[in-house]
Amino acid sequence: MDTSGGKHTGQNRDSLAAAPLLDIAALSLRIGSKQILDNVALTLDPGEILALTGESGSGKSMTALATMGLLPDAATATGSIALSGQDLLPLPDRAMNARRGRDIGMVFQEPMTALNPFHRIGDQVAETLRIHGAMRRAAAHHGAAQLLARTGLDPARIPPSRYPHELSGGQRQRVVIAMAIAMRPKLLIADEPTTALDVTTQAQILDLLDRLVKDDGMGMLLITHDLAVVAQHADRIAVMKEGTIVETGATAEVLRQRCHPYTQALLDASFHRPHLAPPVPGGPLLVARDVVRSYPGRRVGLRRAPEIRAVDGVSLTIAKGERVGLVGESGCGKSTLTRAILGLEPLQGGTIVLDGQPVGTPPTRRRMQAVFQDPYGSFNPRHRVGRLVSEPFHLAAPPQDAPLQDAIARALTEVGLSPEDARRHIHAFSGGQRQRIAIARALIIRPELVIFDEAVSALDVRVRARILDLIAELTTRHGLTSLFISHDLSVVRGVTDRLLVMKAGKIVEQGPTASVFAAPQHWYTKLLLDAAPRLARPPPRQVRDA
Amino acid sequence: MKTLALGALLSALMIAAALASFIWTPGDVTTVNIPARLQPPSAPHWLGTDHLGRDMLSMIMTGARTSLAVALVAVGIGMGAGVPLGLAAAARHGGALDEVIMRLNDLVFAFPSLVIAILLTAILGPGAVNAILAIGIFNIPVFARMTRGAALPLWRRDFILAARTAGKTAPRISAEHILPNVLNLLVVQGTIQFSLGILAEAGLSYVGLGAQPPVPSWGRMLADAQTMVALAPHVAIIPGAAIVLTVLGLNLLGDGLRDRLDPRLGPGAT
Amino acid sequence: MAAYLIRRLVILTLSLAAASVVIFVVIEVAPGDPASFMLGMNARPDTVAALRVELGLDQPPLQRYFAWVGGMLRGDLGLSYTYRAPVAQMVAERAQVSLPLALYALGLSVLIALPAGIIAATHRGRLADLSVVGATQLGIAVPNFWFAMLLVLLFALKLRWFSAGGFPGWSDPLLALKSLTLPAVALALPQAAILARVLRSSLIDILAEDFIRTARAKGLSRRQTLWRHGLRAALIPVLTILGLQFSFLLAGAIIIEQVFFLPGLGRLIFQAITQRDLIVVESVTMLLVFAVIVVNLLTDLAYVAADPRLRAQ
Repeated sequence: MDTSGGKHTGQNRDSLAAAPLLDIAALSLRIGSKQILDNVALTLDPGEILALTGESGSGKSMTALATMGLLPDAATATGSIALSGQDLLPLPDRAMNARRGRDIGMVFQEPMTALNPFHRIGDQVAETLRIHGAMRRAAAHHGAAQLLARTGLDPARIPPSRYPHELSGGQRQRVVIAMAIAMRPKLLIADEPTTALDVTTQAQILDLLDRLVKDDGMGMLLITHDLAVVAQHADRIAVMKEGTIVETGATAEVLRQRCHPYTQALLDASFHRPHLAPPVPGGPLLVARDVVRSYPGRRVGLRRAPEIRAVDGVSLTIAKGERVGLVGESGCGKSTLTRAILGLEPLQGGTIVLDGQPVGTPPTRRRMQAVFQDPYGSFNPRHRVGRLVSEPFHLAAPPQDAPLQDAIARALTEVGLSPEDARRHIHAFSGGQRQRIAIARALIIRPELVIFDEAVSALDVRVRARILDLIAELTTRHGLTSLFISHDLSVVRGVTDRLLVMKAGKIVEQGPTASVFAAPQHWYTKLLLDAAPRLARPPPRQVRDA
Repeated sequence: MKTLALGALLSALMIAAALASFIWTPGDVTTVNIPARLQPPSAPHWLGTDHLGRDMLSMIMTGARTSLAVALVAVGIGMGAGVPLGLAAAARHGGALDEVIMRLNDLVFAFPSLVIAILLTAILGPGAVNAILAIGIFNIPVFARMTRGAALPLWRRDFILAARTAGKTAPRISAEHILPNVLNLLVVQGTIQFSLGILAEAGLSYVGLGAQPPVPSWGRMLADAQTMVALAPHVAIIPGAAIVLTVLGLNLLGDGLRDRLDPRLGPGAT
Repeated sequence: MAAYLIRRLVILTLSLAAASVVIFVVIEVAPGDPASFMLGMNARPDTVAALRVELGLDQPPLQRYFAWVGGMLRGDLGLSYTYRAPVAQMVAERAQVSLPLALYALGLSVLIALPAGIIAATHRGRLADLSVVGATQLGIAVPNFWFAMLLVLLFALKLRWFSAGGFPGWSDPLLALKSLTLPAVALALPQAAILARVLRSSLIDILAEDFIRTARAKGLSRRQTLWRHGLRAALIPVLTILGLQFSFLLAGAIIIEQVFFLPGLGRLIFQAITQRDLIVVESVTMLLVFAVIVVNLLTDLAYVAADPRLRAQ
């Protein structure tokens, strides 16, 4: 098993020890008339982890696909991508087939869709071994089982005979990693390998990658937007912006020096804490008592599986003027609880009242609004912004004509857009602008309670910082009560006074935000805080000669 | 764009022919002129004459009326009943209403339109109304399923959540948010069902379950032509070509519209 | 899986029951008394009444419904009013033509559509693709019975390779197949056009999936990726269409039989309509509906068998 492809890669490693493992030089890429990459250069040594970081659309993934030789057909690339001294760019597809999977392995962002749903996981891993002629069928299956075990999938619980849909996201990502490292490639490319995963899973997968790189002496190109991940895992860092690399160097060095203003801006945004005025809490506004939301279990044969309790006896109180955070991992029931508070879910137990009235009735609806996660799915694409923003007026006596236009204009101005934007379609706006429009829609009828459901999770770090500022400013100005739901602890930290931690349908810990962060009581809160990648605030930049 | 233009042109041509036939046709389709039968295309008869000596061009023009009317009304029946059913099923997804609507759909699907036509003929006797009903009934589950299928993912989108937060009811959300977003698909499906309707009408008339004499129809022209094929191929070729061109035109129109209205390309994008 | 099967069989039974009620009610309200029709305009009322008793038409509707359904369950489809022969026997004779014809056409259409769809999807935007797309556009627009007439004109009347119609029976299987060839081709081509289109677009969608990129990242060539990962997933929607198309194939076969004067179920049913032999109409439509429902069930089961995600439920 250990000899799989070992001879080949071993020779290369010895003879080319001096040359960098990966040497990308003057790489430019266009798709049609659009310049995607412009003169990209980077190098990676064996055993090294290089982080390629930057915001979405900066060209990180295209650099990875170019290295894999898997660019879209419409793309044309110039420059060179040398692996162990050999330029891959001019190679024909047939020659690249032999190298992909054997010399370069790749791990993708979306574990949910990266595996073929029709094949068993063991077969999919074995395929890498067989396609490169390393093993016969039986040996390959044995090898695949060992590889799956090596990536941390316990054969007693997750045998190779499982299908992808039977695995969680983290488990699937382990399968993808097993396929990528099966031939002990010299280079491993990991494209946002943990972005789609929960924070605790994320830490495990990153540790696994670290260990595999060390054990096999691979070089890893780690693509991530998350500076905290970079700081903890990368030896060197390359910062990418609009298709060019603006800064590169040893991780600690780059984070300390921040020669390029863009690096500085990214780092600032990562540490950004919006200014939140001290709370002036009043009496209780929202009171939930022993809330239960359960679904009937799946039908198994003629019986039913036990019911699933998405929200399991949750009680919480939000005082007037309070800003409360609710954190938990995916599937913990926080979204269901949110919809229940909005009066959109039938309850199987307990009560939720707003100022004494049960939620879901028209008077309570008028007093609370929500901002949702997906900036692209939150708006009816057929309607113009003016109509979208004024939708909540459905609940009140809607103002007519001029007053309505005034209200729309005010709402848009308040979130930093212009009144003229009311006439445009939603297609014309970026993700950040769309979240501003969503906030305008939520605030137009002056609700007392606003629920932000993962409202900044889909945004890039700099945009996120600005939207958090806006939220903090507006909640302060209007004395809003807010409930901020997120899976990301660092986001909640800056905009809330009090924090609730949710796990498996229950609230396991609550307390003032600062003290929960400083001294978590419940083991799960500790686990969440430990798992979250941390970015130590670097000292202020040294002043350099002008 | 070429697809759309060609499709629109062919469809417009057939509609124009059908409409023109109300005012004017080159010859009279009710007058039998046996001595002039089965003439090949010539200057006085551009498309020749049929086995009763009638002008083929006039027959095609008047036949277009029947084909288009039957298919159009059948699409109307299918949409009129199918779309509200599909919207209701999606709004009550997983509920009893959804289940009932979908099972009824399955039941109707089990009756091919030819079988429905056969049964209807047993009651009503053959005729164009028969064809309309048979094709129309068969269209209902087609539109209901399509509407439901397109509406379900929309119901899971955040903008529906926002509308519910604004206190809007399911019927109102269906009308205001769901319907406009499935309209494109409905238009495309409508042209497809329209063209399928023309094919079905031709088939039913051909076997004698559709329009009856003296109403001219392309399908019956083909049935009449069958025994004359060897003598005068044009009587068989021309009505078939008319069907092919119409259906082709409508299909191209549908494909063109689909590309044009694709939300990913976004016609409303400014 | 067993539970799923039971559930599906229950639904199947209910659908069949509902369909039988619909058909029975329709035939029941159909005007025209078969007995008076059989005896002609000038028959004496008492003769008609006697015939009605003989045919069982004097019984109350509910009783006749259960007699009909009960008969069908025992394989007894009743007695033809016109021919005084068991309908089951007539159907069995005619099915020897219709069923092989439908299967022949089905086989041909799959044989044509698979390579066409694959070539088009893998050569997207190039000449091969454009030719397939153009051909399918045309294929979908052509009414099969007209196409059949053109085939007769060319291959039977002009070239004289095939006979223009009729069926010699299965005593000489080769000759029988030969006489079914033109009808099968006429039926198959429009079906093949639809299948090829569906396969092409589903394959294009699948080839854009993440797991295809993963397969390429493992070092599989385009061709290997297509055969090992793309095709199986792409065939699932094709399977669905194949099931749905069955009812069109059945209807098409009935019409095509008219063109080629084939003694199949289609001819039987049209004769029965003109002769108001309602028991034949009733039983044959019920059989057709039964066939469609069963084929749809089989399609769904194949679907479940092909997709491990569905199998789990």
